[in-house]
Amino acid sequence: MNNADTGFIIVCATFVMLMTPALALFYGGLSRARNILATCMYSYASLGVITVLWALIGYTLAFGTDCKGLIGDFSFVFLEGVSFVAAPAAPTIPHTVFMAFQCMFAVLTVALISGSYAGRIRFTGMFLFSALWLIFAYCPMAHWVWGGGWLAKLGAVDFAGGAVVHMASGAAALACAQVLGPRLKTGSFAPNNLPLTLLGGGLLWFGWFGFNAGSALVSGTLAGHALLTTHLATASGVLGWMVIEWKRNGKPTTLGAISGALAGLVVITPAAGFVSLGSSMIMGFIGGFVCYYGVFLKHKFGFDDALDVVGIHGLGGTVGALLTGVFAEKAVNGVNGLLHGDSWQFVVQAISVVATWLFVYVVSRILLKIVDSTVGLRVEEDAEYVGLDLSEHNERAYSLE
Amino acid sequence: MKKIEIIIRPGMLERVRNELAALEIHGMNYTDIRGYGRQHGHTEVYRGSVVTVDYLPKVKIELVVNDDMVEKIINAVVATARTGKVGDGKIFVSDVLDAIRIRTGERGSEAI
Repeated sequence: MNNADTGFIIVCATFVMLMTPALALFYGGLSRARNILATCMYSYASLGVITVLWALIGYTLAFGTDCKGLIGDFSFVFLEGVSFVAAPAAPTIPHTVFMAFQCMFAVLTVALISGSYAGRIRFTGMFLFSALWLIFAYCPMAHWVWGGGWLAKLGAVDFAGGAVVHMASGAAALACAQVLGPRLKTGSFAPNNLPLTLLGGGLLWFGWFGFNAGSALVSGTLAGHALLTTHLATASGVLGWMVIEWKRNGKPTTLGAISGALAGLVVITPAAGFVSLGSSMIMGFIGGFVCYYGVFLKHKFGFDDALDVVGIHGLGGTVGALLTGVFAEKAVNGVNGLLHGDSWQFVVQAISVVATWLFVYVVSRILLKIVDSTVGLRVEEDAEYVGLDLSEHNERAYSLE
Repeated sequence: MKKIEIIIRPGMLERVRNELAALEIHGMNYTDIRGYGRQHGHTEVYRGSVVTVDYLPKVKIELVVNDDMVEKIINAVVATARTGKVGDGKIFVSDVLDAIRIRTGERGSEAI
């Protein structure tokens, strides 16, 4: 084990933990005043339930010894044998640190989905869906890509979670929006607190350094490279979104700027440790550009993805995975993409995109069906008018007197 | 005595207040209100989603004054709060039967 690596990943894990409360602010500010607490609660519930489930069984399903490339075995169930040894997947850091780092990813991924069903889901339904989704969708995905599963064996590369985190949450979000149906038209859907969204978005950007640089799993040049590609792509994403919004609507918006930042972050996530610094800027700019159009998909296809999880995480993750197969360079981390003479890598990336969307979407639809027919998914009409803060949690965010 | 209700754009409040102060109006109340008239709300775009805002914020000032002040106030407000676009607001004038200053019990014009 190596002390520098250990210290680095401990810090990165705490950075990534901050992303989930940051997401609560980001989504909370975008929701309506009557739903802000319920919207924040999705993230905090995920911190609670997903952490515990991850410790009990999730971690071993994702990172236990490989079974036929599909799932991990039960070798680390209840964290058996995880203390005071090196992590099998990252031999220079303690197993506990690796497990904690991965735990933050699982928590965040489940919380990301909430942007889609916000404003109309029952808390019990959301709770059960999240728990089931971790076991039946996230754990297999994490195993396939990072745990030595079939996508890893095929050669698909995903540095920090373009497929596992962003495409997966995007596919689940699409299923949720379709199954739940649109929110009732109960007045204006304008965001209730954009400064909160900007603060949350800024903290996501901050946490993402731990997310991407930490995914090197060692301290050193690769982590440093990932840190910088992440920052460059994000800045370019801000510009990409801002330019097109300015041109089309006449005014650049703060929500556009922070959405462009997120788009850049999502797109660079799978590529952070595989592409050059210059390529990262191009990727971020493309991300801002593509995701700007991505948020119109829900209007075109008629699904009410309330806070644009599909348009930003789903589409951004897909673009990122494909562009990794285009821009990857051997000089960075041993993998060449289309532009550097390896067209097969692009094909493999495309396979990972199709596999992720298909698998996660189908599993999510099945799980939603199960949850709907047991505890129920959607709140009563009256609850939607009153707002989920009062109907689901008996609290109000703003008591101004 | 007349009551004057002045509905204006929120951004006009300070300018109108300054004009009223120049006319030696020493007291006023205002309320933040929302509503629509011929302007019929407006639209905002949030990340590609068009949001229709049906009720626009306005400010309603209420004054009770002696009859001789009414025209001066109307002229001052119209001159200050007019932009010439729909949504500038309206002024309503109505009769007031009586006024009482609670502290002293004065009635009518004395109480204004």
